[in-house]
Amino acid sequence: MADKTKPKILHAGDSCIVAEFGSTISIEINSRVQVFRKRLSTAGIPGITELVPTYRSLAIYFDPTAVDPGSFIEKISSLSSDISSSTMPDSKVAIVPVCYGGELGPDMETVASHNGLTMEEVIERHCKPDYYCYMLGFTPGFSYLGGMDETIATPRLDDPRTLIRAGSVGIAGKQTGIYSIDSPGGWQLIGRTPLRLFDPSVEPPTLLDAGLWVRFKPITIEEFRKIETQVSQGSYKPVFLDKAGGAI
Amino acid sequence: MKLQVLSPGMLTTIQDLGRWGYQGKGMPVAGAMDGFSLQAGNLLLGNHRNLAALEITVLGPALSVKEGQGVICLSGAELDFHINNEKVPAWTALKVKEGDTISAGASAGKGARAYLCVSGGFDVPLVMGSRSTYLRAGIGGLEGRPLKKGDILSTGPNVSLWERSEGFICPQNLRPSYGKDEPLRAVMGPQDDLFTKEGIDTFLHSEYTISNNADRMGYRMDGPYVEHAEGADIVSDAIPPGSIQVPGHGQPIVMLADRQTTGGYTKIAVLAKSDIYALSQKLPGQKVHFRSATFEEAIAIAKKEEQKLREIDLARASYRSRCKISVPSLSQGTWSVTINGKSHEVSWELMDQKKGE
Repeated sequence: MADKTKPKILHAGDSCIVAEFGSTISIEINSRVQVFRKRLSTAGIPGITELVPTYRSLAIYFDPTAVDPGSFIEKISSLSSDISSSTMPDSKVAIVPVCYGGELGPDMETVASHNGLTMEEVIERHCKPDYYCYMLGFTPGFSYLGGMDETIATPRLDDPRTLIRAGSVGIAGKQTGIYSIDSPGGWQLIGRTPLRLFDPSVEPPTLLDAGLWVRFKPITIEEFRKIETQVSQGSYKPVFLDKAGGAI
Repeated sequence: MKLQVLSPGMLTTIQDLGRWGYQGKGMPVAGAMDGFSLQAGNLLLGNHRNLAALEITVLGPALSVKEGQGVICLSGAELDFHINNEKVPAWTALKVKEGDTISAGASAGKGARAYLCVSGGFDVPLVMGSRSTYLRAGIGGLEGRPLKKGDILSTGPNVSLWERSEGFICPQNLRPSYGKDEPLRAVMGPQDDLFTKEGIDTFLHSEYTISNNADRMGYRMDGPYVEHAEGADIVSDAIPPGSIQVPGHGQPIVMLADRQTTGGYTKIAVLAKSDIYALSQKLPGQKVHFRSATFEEAIAIAKKEEQKLREIDLARASYRSRCKISVPSLSQGTWSVTINGKSHEVSWELMDQKKGE
């Protein structure tokens, strides 16, 4: 019987192949991607140069001058059986403090009135779920988060802003996310985190990673300023919990 | 050496082979658009092939040597290249010293991007393992931006015996040939199954023109509409270099050095690495064709290109040692011979391969 968990191996040029586990957004598919990524990263297959996990597939970059095409694909394929999604490879939760509303969240009123809610209700609903980080992409350190309460969904701005500060937390349709670098954008901004999502001078350069969970925690403007100072001095330690609730 | 920028050229950035290893963090790779020419230029000087060079776009900069001496060379597109207002050849290791002025003019129509390599490479801080400039996030290179007038560029320490590379000319058969209109070879997939048969036929048998929407991130093509089977959007996956995306408008976009790491458009095919470089040397208005290559064929092409780089390195090493040359694939070259302090250029050609010397 065919192994249903086995990914499709697809060609993507002379230096990359793609192991595709499905074509939809689901935690089950994504966690298979994470399991396979871990498996390959410890398998020691010569020629592999980089593994890039996405929503539903794992891109396997390799040096074409270092491999025999046939046996390389065979090796990858032989390691791709029996990939279960039951063992979550990473059940860490990153706590992301956010100062909601005010000048750091200029679109909070829009989001609240669009959904017939108060600002407090928007904050509560935004902080309630743990969000699954499917992948990073779009800009360095930007995380694609899943799991937002659809009762706070709000369409993008008609007229995008030319500059949004890194750390801004926004809503676009049914998605929520954190701007990781200063960039233009059209998301409805409801708050800002003082944490650095992307810092090229540290290793690893990103706070989040695919397969992690994210929990937003409301903070006051005073706490925001305090953490911001600690972050710029390098003395702030980001908080990670395990999914069951204990500190790591 | 220390070099001062007298004029920056159209778009001149510091690039090495790119910031690999962080695509999973959403960090674009950037790096030289024509990676072959960057590596070849470095090897001509005896550098490690991944050292940082100036990527020059169409119209070159002018630089003045403020301090020190070293060897330099211009690889890639054939621009008008001058030292102290005297025309000098590209693909050749040339010595410069304090007080010299280096300038690269406009492309003579052969190629769009040239690389000014220097012995020791351009010395800017490594950011996430690379010196490449990624303009959109302002990371790497010189403060994450293109060169501007007045900038001072430092180079790394000269490699040992660097002076002996002076005068080395890259053999013609090992240089890329720009301006040829051979079809660009692409491996079909990863989403070729999301196009109709007609769509794939159109893609493989039509002429496309590079639009004005063409930069380091990607080249959008103008030409016949490529038909999808069911729609152009997919759940985002990785975008390898040379990916040919086809959004709903049906016009292919070839994704290049500064591409985002992930994206949600169907990718009909991915260019062979050497043809990514070939496309990067073309300009808006030029016409291209695509043809399908198998995975095995594309890998064989990559291995052949790598062999050329090794031959350049071997030829340069032999030139440096000025000994009898026994590289079988080398059939001609030029030596610089100094007699009584006067330098002479000696061109030679192998008459009988079997003798090997």
